[in-house]
Amino acid sequence: MITTSHLSKNYGGKLAVNDLSFSVAPGEVLGFLGANGAGKSTTMRMIAGFLSPSAGSVTVCGHDVERAPVAAKSRMGYLPEGAPSYGEMTVTEFIDFVSDIRALRGARRRERRVFVIERLELGPVQGQVIETLSKGFRRRVGLAQALIHDPEVLILDEPTDGLDPNQKHEVRRLINELSREKLVIVSTHILEEVHEVCTRAIIIAAGRIVADESPAQLEARSRYHRAVSMRFLHATELAVAAAQLAMLDVIDSVETDPRTMRLTAFPKAGAAALPAVGAMVVKADWDVPELHLESGRLDEVFRALTQGAGPVPP
Amino acid sequence: MNKVAVIFRRELTSYFATPLAYVFIVIFLLLTAVFTFQIGGFLERGQADLQAFFRWHPWIYLVLIPAISMRLWAEERNSGSIELLMTLPIELWQAVAGKFLAAWVFAGIALALTFPVWVTVNYLGHPDNGVIIAAYLGSWMMAGGFLAIGMCLSAATRNQVIAFITAALVGFVFLLAGFPLVLDLVRGVLPEQIVEAIASLSFLTHFEAISKGVIDLRDVVYFIALTAFWLMATALVLDMKKAQ
Repeated sequence: MITTSHLSKNYGGKLAVNDLSFSVAPGEVLGFLGANGAGKSTTMRMIAGFLSPSAGSVTVCGHDVERAPVAAKSRMGYLPEGAPSYGEMTVTEFIDFVSDIRALRGARRRERRVFVIERLELGPVQGQVIETLSKGFRRRVGLAQALIHDPEVLILDEPTDGLDPNQKHEVRRLINELSREKLVIVSTHILEEVHEVCTRAIIIAAGRIVADESPAQLEARSRYHRAVSMRFLHATELAVAAAQLAMLDVIDSVETDPRTMRLTAFPKAGAAALPAVGAMVVKADWDVPELHLESGRLDEVFRALTQGAGPVPP
Repeated sequence: MNKVAVIFRRELTSYFATPLAYVFIVIFLLLTAVFTFQIGGFLERGQADLQAFFRWHPWIYLVLIPAISMRLWAEERNSGSIELLMTLPIELWQAVAGKFLAAWVFAGIALALTFPVWVTVNYLGHPDNGVIIAAYLGSWMMAGGFLAIGMCLSAATRNQVIAFITAALVGFVFLLAGFPLVLDLVRGVLPEQIVEAIASLSFLTHFEAISKGVIDLRDVVYFIALTAFWLMATALVLDMKKAQ
């Protein structure tokens, strides 16, 4: 369990984090979203105990991070932004160093070491000096370090940054797997990641929480939520369809893009557009090779929330 | 394992992970040899002691110790590993102590490798080995003082060059404070008590006695207090500006 209460951080008169209060329970994967400079990393650093808050407090598993830092830190695994480590050490030396600090001993120590090396596929580079490794490997070394003591709480600052799509997928799978019994906070600016791993998302802008809900709820805020989009083959049909669909009761507005030959029909609030639109497509016998029901676009919601532009009904 | 020991071991190994350690040791040994034999006139003096060797140590340390201390924290800041270190379950003082001890032991290794001078003097004559051991200990304590200063200044920056230069500068002030030339200069302006106080802050004044084999408790306390002061200052600096 992590609780932050009225957490603020002041950098020379500038409020980087402004009065954040939230709590996260085990089993939750909290996605921390925000534009660059919104205060994501600052918040993660305060939770991990690297920065002291200017005001407010953080409690991790019942331990106040400021008052009992060692107790709180021993329950957390933290991957700092950019996955820093000691470049002159080999992967095994580095993992052993962290195990020593975390007082892992005997069979459990060996077991955990085998686990992280296997799980993060570090086997082939075990004996290699970290600074000679690729960015992806270094990121995985950082993850290994955060997981070595099987912590109750995982704080990962941009864990998939710099990984190729396969590695990204692998890390997301790992987070999903771990989240069953752990509490995970992930910061990211990759919105598809929110879908894949998070059970909850907090969006912050200018140091404040602007949204705190499930990814599905976030999507529901989108203009595209339950909109129907389709692709046409003939420009004439596209124009006719735009005019006819706009007249349907359930449709609020229709947008077309002549370049991609796409049409999007937005439903009125609370209305279901798909049955009516589908029926019309069949009736008019248009050449429509693709038709989707949109669930909502996170990137659009994200932009609207973080830039304060566009209508975003809660 | 004790956490100070874990940090100590990692730091000490990291010195030897790069050629820097060996280069440092070679330069240190060369410099001590040049100063002892060429400038100090060890052989010409015809005396069975290591005065010609030890009297240059403050000056050699002035230049070489900042080279050991500069990387202690500046490198951690620069690579960002300070964030990793500070979020591991250790107390700040454990990190400071572990790093200091590693640097100090490293300086001790370099110092110990000057043993051929000691062998030479024993081969040529019959020196008072008690004096020599005392002087070695005094020299090592002085190295600790220089290191603690350098460590604090390294904690204040992410740039190792700045850490080196500021450490050398502050070290120079601590040396100069006991230099007769400087003392005579201020003696004209300041009352005698203040001049004494300034002189008593100097490495030179305290090392002088120890290097002659006189272990005065006051000199020992001086080096320990000075080191402790700068180590606490290091912790304070780190706590104040962790992120920058």
